[in-house]
Amino acid sequence: MSDKNPEKGEVSRRDFLGLAAIGTAVLSALGVLAGVLRIFKPDVHFEESKKFKIGKPEQFPVGTVKKFDDKKLFVFSDEDGFYAITAVCQHLGCIVYKTDWGFQCPCHGSKYDQMGNVIGGPAPRGLPWFKIEQLVDGSLVVDASKEVPKGTKYIYV
Amino acid sequence: MGEVNQSGIAKFLNNIRSLKKSFLGSFLRSGKPTSDKSRAAVMFNNFFLHIQGVKTHINTLRPTYTFGFGLISLYLLIIVVISGVLLMVYYNPSVTEAYNKIKDLKYVVFGGNLLRNIHKWSGEGMIIFVLLHMARVFYTGSYKKGREFNWVIGIVLLILMFGMNLSGYMLPWDQLAYWALLIVANIINSPKEITDSLGITQYFDIGGFFKELFLGGTNPTQESLTRVYLLHIWLLPMFLFLFLGIHFWRIRKDGGLTRPDTFERKDSDIYYVNPPEKTGGIFPTYKTYGLMELARGRTPAVDKDVENTVLSWPNLLIAELAIFVLTLAGVIAYAYFVDAPFKEPANPLIPENPAKAPWYFLGLQELLSYSAFMGGVGLPGLALLGLALIPYLDREEDRVGIWFTNRQGVTVALQSFIIGTIVVIGILAFVVNFGWFRNWWPNVPQILITLINPGNIWVGFMIVYSLFVIKKTGSTRMGAIALFTMFLVSYVIFTAMGTYFRGPNWDFFWSKSQWPIH
Repeated sequence: MSDKNPEKGEVSRRDFLGLAAIGTAVLSALGVLAGVLRIFKPDVHFEESKKFKIGKPEQFPVGTVKKFDDKKLFVFSDEDGFYAITAVCQHLGCIVYKTDWGFQCPCHGSKYDQMGNVIGGPAPRGLPWFKIEQLVDGSLVVDASKEVPKGTKYIYV
Repeated sequence: MGEVNQSGIAKFLNNIRSLKKSFLGSFLRSGKPTSDKSRAAVMFNNFFLHIQGVKTHINTLRPTYTFGFGLISLYLLIIVVISGVLLMVYYNPSVTEAYNKIKDLKYVVFGGNLLRNIHKWSGEGMIIFVLLHMARVFYTGSYKKGREFNWVIGIVLLILMFGMNLSGYMLPWDQLAYWALLIVANIINSPKEITDSLGITQYFDIGGFFKELFLGGTNPTQESLTRVYLLHIWLLPMFLFLFLGIHFWRIRKDGGLTRPDTFERKDSDIYYVNPPEKTGGIFPTYKTYGLMELARGRTPAVDKDVENTVLSWPNLLIAELAIFVLTLAGVIAYAYFVDAPFKEPANPLIPENPAKAPWYFLGLQELLSYSAFMGGVGLPGLALLGLALIPYLDREEDRVGIWFTNRQGVTVALQSFIIGTIVVIGILAFVVNFGWFRNWWPNVPQILITLINPGNIWVGFMIVYSLFVIKKTGSTRMGAIALFTMFLVSYVIFTAMGTYFRGPNWDFFWSKSQWPIH
């Protein structure tokens, strides 16, 4: 008598309680699963800082091309100022090397021009340029977490 | 002697005297397999043997039906597990220690080098034999008639097997391991190619999210090695054995292996089958035994094929034992003569040039060199989905259990093989000679390359050609044969391309001797 008509798509009282119980069980299981998966996401990375000193401006006279192997970074100096370009290929993370015409990746053949724009191979985007700051003691600091538009050059003395 | 009259001590002494007999009797409940009855009893009373039927169809025993591919894969897995556990005695998943421990195993530990080689080659051997097993199941139409879902489980097992091979490759923490780990992490990151094109990466960076979960950071570190080790020795094997159990259980529930409805005995069957000693008696040939009567649906073949079955003990077991011995001997011989690769210690500063993945992924690496997302995620995902759906898109049930179904099947397979070979090589030759969009128009938007690249064109061709075959022959089975054949052809050719014809900077070379010296 209290049962609704199932043909109208209504849920009977008994079915409602059953469905509610199953729904609760599924939801709580999903909650536990989310918590389990959350464990895999570390809250602290015990990795190097993305910001590091590279030296004083006078160590980079005009025409300098210097690769910081451990920082995976190229630092250049020309008439317009200093600039830093990553050495990490934007395809799958190999280390590019400098050539006469730009940068070449050894792993899957990506090619970049002097500005780091893609000119060949599978890389989906160009090599990012990074921000260069100067500390009060005069030394230059590259911040590899801050990308700047290609062509941004910094003048420090 | 009447036990009633015995004293307690006499009974006890009697029990000691008959200890051997009573213990063996309790262990082997069915006694020696000297009659058909006890041979049958051996099969269903033994924990390890009862997974197989008391009787086996003669078709299953014909060497040219299965070639033992699935069985060899299982044996290789067993060898991999045992050798892997032994390697764990010395291995230590630490970025400072892992390399030294492998070196220790290779040069100092008794039998360590052989053990490591056995582990490596039986793991890689599984790839070959699992693919061959898959091809056998496909070409005999054995994914039909209630076996659809078991085919899907087989695909899951295929993925887990590749995952085990790949994660194992990363453990020695040499140059191969480090750069493979980094490249795989960036493949996981490659959905960024799509989100970047859509300009939503800063809100929804799904690639970066999973990359962080995989590496435990942003670069390969100790955290990453710990995770890969966990995957390799526990998570992936656990799921592998779970699904393997379901895989075998379903074969049994489906009434064993497929066989043609039109099966007839041949005189040559006598070479690998002992015919039953007698007809009639307690095991008449018109009945089936075991739990098969309880299975539902169309699976048990009661009163149908039973006249063409023989006792599994000894017919099936002797064949299985022979294959096991051959597999073990083959693995040990290969491992004795061929060393597993071991490169310089991991150096995050200098990638190898060329940085090649293990051979079974070099086909994918070729696709990766067109587009990271399509080659690493999009196309493999599509291929696996397509494989998994084959049983649901081709539901023709006639002539199951016959290689290539019929004469037309042979023709379609041959045509697809030839056309597939020509088209794949044509695509590769075009890419090598003329490059792709990025070489012609450097500023082309990445989304265009993601959507239109040689890999996608090949997959599109396979689909169109299979539809064409379905239309021409009026049979979905023929379309499936065309698709599967082309899939196998391209896996082999792309793999060969990456293995033999790609050198430094992923440039094309006819042979390794032409590689520049640097």
